[in-house]
Amino acid sequence: MAYGYAGRILEVDLSREKTRLVELDDEVLEAFIGGRGLGAYLLMREFHGEWEGLDPLSPRNPLYFLTGPLTGYYPGVKLLVTAKSPQSNGIVGSVLSSEVAIELRAAGLDGLVVRGAAKSPVYVYVENGEAEIRDAEHLWGLGGRETFRRLRDELYRELLSRHLNRDGLPREPAFVYIGPAGENRVRTAAVMAKWVHAAGYGGYGAVMGSKNLKAVAVRGTGPMPRAKWPGWVRMLIQAAWEKLNGNTLTKYWGTGLGAYMVAARTSSEPVRNWREEWHRNRNLAPQAFEAHWVKRYWGDYGCPSTCMKVSFLRNGRYAGSATDAPDYELQAYLGPNLGVFEPRAVIHLSYLADELGLCGIQTGNVMGFAAELYERGVLTREDLGGLELKWGDADAFARLMEMIARREGIGDLLAEGVYRAARRISEWKGVDVSDCAVHVKGIGVGAHGVRSGKDFPAYSYPVGVQGGDHTSAPRLPVTKMWGEHWATFVDSAVICAFNADDKLPFEFLKAITGWDVDMERWAREHAKRILAVQRLALLLGGPDAYWDPRRDDDLPKRFYEPLPSGPFKGKAPRREEVEEKRLEYYGEVGWDRLGVPSDETLEELGLGWLRGAAERVRRRLGG
Amino acid sequence: MSRHIAGGTAVSAPTGRRIFILRDPHRCSGCRLCEVACSLHHEGTVFPEASRIRVIELIPGIDVPHLCAKCPDYPCLKACQREGYNAIRVDEATGAPIVDADKCTGCGACIRACPGKVPRLHPVTRKALICDLCGGDPACVKACRDAGYNALIAVPETDRDLFELYSVMPQFLVERLKETYYGEHGGEM
Repeated sequence: MAYGYAGRILEVDLSREKTRLVELDDEVLEAFIGGRGLGAYLLMREFHGEWEGLDPLSPRNPLYFLTGPLTGYYPGVKLLVTAKSPQSNGIVGSVLSSEVAIELRAAGLDGLVVRGAAKSPVYVYVENGEAEIRDAEHLWGLGGRETFRRLRDELYRELLSRHLNRDGLPREPAFVYIGPAGENRVRTAAVMAKWVHAAGYGGYGAVMGSKNLKAVAVRGTGPMPRAKWPGWVRMLIQAAWEKLNGNTLTKYWGTGLGAYMVAARTSSEPVRNWREEWHRNRNLAPQAFEAHWVKRYWGDYGCPSTCMKVSFLRNGRYAGSATDAPDYELQAYLGPNLGVFEPRAVIHLSYLADELGLCGIQTGNVMGFAAELYERGVLTREDLGGLELKWGDADAFARLMEMIARREGIGDLLAEGVYRAARRISEWKGVDVSDCAVHVKGIGVGAHGVRSGKDFPAYSYPVGVQGGDHTSAPRLPVTKMWGEHWATFVDSAVICAFNADDKLPFEFLKAITGWDVDMERWAREHAKRILAVQRLALLLGGPDAYWDPRRDDDLPKRFYEPLPSGPFKGKAPRREEVEEKRLEYYGEVGWDRLGVPSDETLEELGLGWLRGAAERVRRRLGG
Repeated sequence: MSRHIAGGTAVSAPTGRRIFILRDPHRCSGCRLCEVACSLHHEGTVFPEASRIRVIELIPGIDVPHLCAKCPDYPCLKACQREGYNAIRVDEATGAPIVDADKCTGCGACIRACPGKVPRLHPVTRKALICDLCGGDPACVKACRDAGYNALIAVPETDRDLFELYSVMPQFLVERLKETYYGEHGGEM
């Protein structure tokens, strides 16, 4: 069996109420590594013949919780969640920080897959390779904090009674869960952990909800799977610590300096649904946010960077709100994007997103979209159930977030996410509102714009296999850090991107698995292979949305409107430039002029079995 | 690094000092580098369940380091003696209770006797695990210091009557910490 892996995943079928262990082949692990790569392979291997008909919110969509060979060894823990995405209809590798990943590895598992759907709400409890399906009726409907408290209390009571006097004090239980948004199959719902951690991109909270699955708890008591060269791994861990311990500003502020900097310096922050990308509002200084922190340094298992910070509002109208920092993305999307410039209000909205189990990025995006339509008179006060959705009115947005999570009134429509909501509103109102929907292939764009030319490159989002996901946006040359090729590595090794560089993690991979891969080889083989699988899934799409690269490998329309303010006023990307780079990128990854992985590419990557799927895509596109 | 010698006399601390590890929940980030360092040192790999030190996080953001407090009367050692196993003895150089794996039967008497329920059984060997202070130069303290948190600080062992109060169940502290961090809302957490 391959070093660094358990070599098996646990399968829980909620419909049949059965569990079994599934072995993983060494060759598959070597080709796809883990996490995002492995998940993409397993999904397409099973469904490549019928992907278009697989409804992401049907019981047939398998939901994977995966680790990678570096998880637990490389500093900083991540858990990768994937399935057919109810946002893009492709495959999104979505990560969150959660000790569930460490527990899975300690349980002798590389991951867990949940199939089917339960008749009534359940949670899954895994301990060292065995799983139980347990009743979760009492947790259904609860918000994040209450779900966390009740489930922790009941699991910890059980662990204490079983272990305390026999083999000692157990660690606190580790679990991921959904809030009301996931239960209600809101397409912008996230998979949550520890109040504030979210796997948002992809909409997998809705997939959990569609399975009546409230939570997954995992306990493992073993070591990390055996490494090929343990002594070298120990040295590498020390080296990584030394490097990461020196990242003072990351530790100090996390990404929380972004709310000011990304606007003021690079002019690429969403402001009022991306109509602007610049502000110099000094209220959004990290000093203002940190004044509300009750904990500056907070990290999960094994992370020296501790970029998380705990904000808490003790008094006033938002009393009781607690959230992480917020990090830059939520600062932006629940702040300036909604015209909100008061840190307390941003903290409160971020807390509400956590509490309802919503992705703050996708939900902030669709709320900004709704506010613009209200301003333009397309959505009326009556449409909004009496809500006056004015820029900067945090209370109105708080109310709207509740409506989305519970699918009340207009919330039911907005709960479909910005792409589907725009389609439906255009039909309903008879006006084309797609120019205010800032997404790429169904996924709201992360809070990094392209227009100033100082942040993300213009061609990045259009050709990404995860649409608007800012953590997976292509760059040229493809070996560049933070590009999509590199992202496939961190998401497949399943480590935190913020702790990774382009060398050290590859040394870990070699020391753990014995496989000799560097960034060059990764880009040429593994990344190309993983991207080809994800690209085909995305282009197969269905059943409710299909993408045409000639139309959809593009920026949101808004990004071609010249910036109206700031130091880069008047700037916008040129269409020809995006078009040119798009084709250059296709060439780099071995896709044909339609953007479909070529038969040669598929054969060269050992993906010959996907030629039929590629052919179906070409036929649909008329190519 | 000196390690336990089965059945032998006291092992010596390389630094030649008796230390106590102070632990500050307000400085603890919950990063568990201490646990990783401990399991790397004692087990040679990352092995959360086998770490001798543990950070308990029952409420997000509230992190309580939990490890042996070297009670002057060693209730763990006495309980082991009462059972007739004599598997625990005191390292004279460091004052740490040292488990003799050959004699330990995994009966759990030491766990039940400990006011803070600090000892645990190794998940594989089923032998008791208690912090041995790494012979006087603890890996956890170094990891925490190098990361800049200093939630664990090695100090000369001066006031054992005071230090032994650290042998306490984490919940005892969590109840108070949640009030400090989250005020009246701590009750909902």
